[in-house]
Amino acid sequence: MNQTLFFKNRIAVRSRASMVGPKEGKGPLAEYFDVIMPDDLLGKPSWEQAESEMVRRTVLMCAEKGGLPAESISVVLAGDLLNQLMSSGFAARELGTPFFGLYGACSTFVEGLVLGSVLIDGGYRENAVCAASSHFCTAERQFRFPLELGTQRPPAAQWTATAAGAMLLDARKENAPAYVTHGTIGRVIDYQITDASHMGAAMAPAVADTIMAHFQDTKRDFRDYDLIATGDLGWIGRNLLKELLIQRGVKVDDEKLFDCGANLFYQEQDPHAGGSGCGCVASVTCGYLMKLMEQRDVRRLLVVGSGAMLSTTSQQQGESIPGIAYAACLEGE
Amino acid sequence: MRVGDMIGILVKAFVVGGLICCVGQTLLMFTRLSSARILVLFVVSGVVLTALGVYKPLVDFAGAGATVPLLGFGYSLASGAISAVQTEGFFGAFTGGIVRTAAGISAAVLFGFLNALIFKPHAKR
Amino acid sequence: MQNKREQKKYRQYDQLVKRLTPGSNYLQGYVRAFWVGGLICVIGQLISIAGEEWLGMTDASASMLTSVVLIFLGTTLTGLGVYDDIGRYAGAGSIVPITGFANSIASPAIEFRREGLVLGVGAKLFAISGPVLVYGIVSSIAVGIIYWLAGRIF
Repeated sequence: MNQTLFFKNRIAVRSRASMVGPKEGKGPLAEYFDVIMPDDLLGKPSWEQAESEMVRRTVLMCAEKGGLPAESISVVLAGDLLNQLMSSGFAARELGTPFFGLYGACSTFVEGLVLGSVLIDGGYRENAVCAASSHFCTAERQFRFPLELGTQRPPAAQWTATAAGAMLLDARKENAPAYVTHGTIGRVIDYQITDASHMGAAMAPAVADTIMAHFQDTKRDFRDYDLIATGDLGWIGRNLLKELLIQRGVKVDDEKLFDCGANLFYQEQDPHAGGSGCGCVASVTCGYLMKLMEQRDVRRLLVVGSGAMLSTTSQQQGESIPGIAYAACLEGE
Repeated sequence: MRVGDMIGILVKAFVVGGLICCVGQTLLMFTRLSSARILVLFVVSGVVLTALGVYKPLVDFAGAGATVPLLGFGYSLASGAISAVQTEGFFGAFTGGIVRTAAGISAAVLFGFLNALIFKPHAKR
Repeated sequence: MQNKREQKKYRQYDQLVKRLTPGSNYLQGYVRAFWVGGLICVIGQLISIAGEEWLGMTDASASMLTSVVLIFLGTTLTGLGVYDDIGRYAGAGSIVPITGFANSIASPAIEFRREGLVLGVGAKLFAISGPVLVYGIVSSIAVGIIYWLAGRIF
């Protein structure tokens, strides 16, 4: 089954913007983010409105950095974790641009990157801003418990990042630090994991599946990439992915396997297994990874965003947790 | 009350209360039960242990060490229902438990409500 | 056949997950739960002694005083944003005592204040502790009825 899109034109990454919360702003990647929020509310009356504001500001910042007036954005593809895409939808209300709302849980950013490239490659849009966001406080109260409830999180639990990232794609074929050349569509994979505090374990099989599909379709392997960046498996999930790939006969180069979630926080910040959330892969790609590409430390990058397609209802009804992963190949000049 | 007696009472409360919490910690670490489920389990266990006549001796021995953990809430509910049945007959089963625990429940509702009016949720660090 | 192979694959993966997932620090978990839980009970005992010795309360009044004061402390520490930190440290040591029950009532009430006074605070107040009341009350009524029946028969 062929899952990979080979773009006819190289889709340029024109600019990028990222914004993170105060906790993320004290992590190891702090210097790479454009904006570190002073608090979690951004002067808004609720967490949800704050997250929406993060999306709006990140999209506008990204367009501005790319020299594109906001009214010339031809489409915004954005998503988040909240019910009915509250953050993205309400940000798009303020932006007034054509808008596609996407839900791929934490894989949303890469899903948007692939679809945005399709729209440009097909000649339907001149440019596209792909964005995703998450906020610890909004995710916690929707998926888990009220913030003030005194509970302990198990060691495999991950910390939803308060973060947003946006990337401006266009069809101009020069002067871009990176170009999107391939996109691999994921399949929903479920290995019967039921523990909602172990997202890395639920998503790792989907990531392995998508990476395998990408390798088969493109006849590439680890040697063809400088870095393979997974979204938010956390360090436990990253180790699981490594095992799964080895089991399938892939020669894994440990140094080339980078997980955004596992690198977003210091261990002293008590994130347990690492960061997660739509904003995790979005902000780390738009902040740190694109910087590596601009500096030409990385010439060919595979970003694999992964999402856990669970809901509070599916959990309460005893369903297991399906995962999905999308991959996008970014190449320098 | 003599100081020696008081220290004895406090030590008993500390040890028994601490041990009951360790039972809860076992559930938390080994079964992944959420805290809501643990609370339910403790209250129902308290009711059952009281009905079997096991919990009363522990309350007599450890005082607050046995009544402050949520098992004690179950103890109050069950012992209230049992004694009301003996004095008031059948409908005591329906009134006894709530009457005995009314102060606690009302306080929780009142203070919970007032808290919501006064405080705002804090972001976690 | 296909199904069996799938099941085996999932079982093997489950074992891999168990192997690569570190466990909690059990000893530390118990020590923290023990001393924090014990301490909360000691505070309760002191309140009860104070009620009986100084305020001349009956046993029943002193135990009500203990519940009410502990619940007040639990909800207030929740509102100040301290109880979740205690909970993260102590685990069941601060969930199991009645202060944990108070925390489970106050935390959703505060959290859902932004959704309004009726459908936010009012409806969500019992979001976590509601089941405790449901099962506690149902089981105590059952116990009362069993005792009533037993009293008739014997």
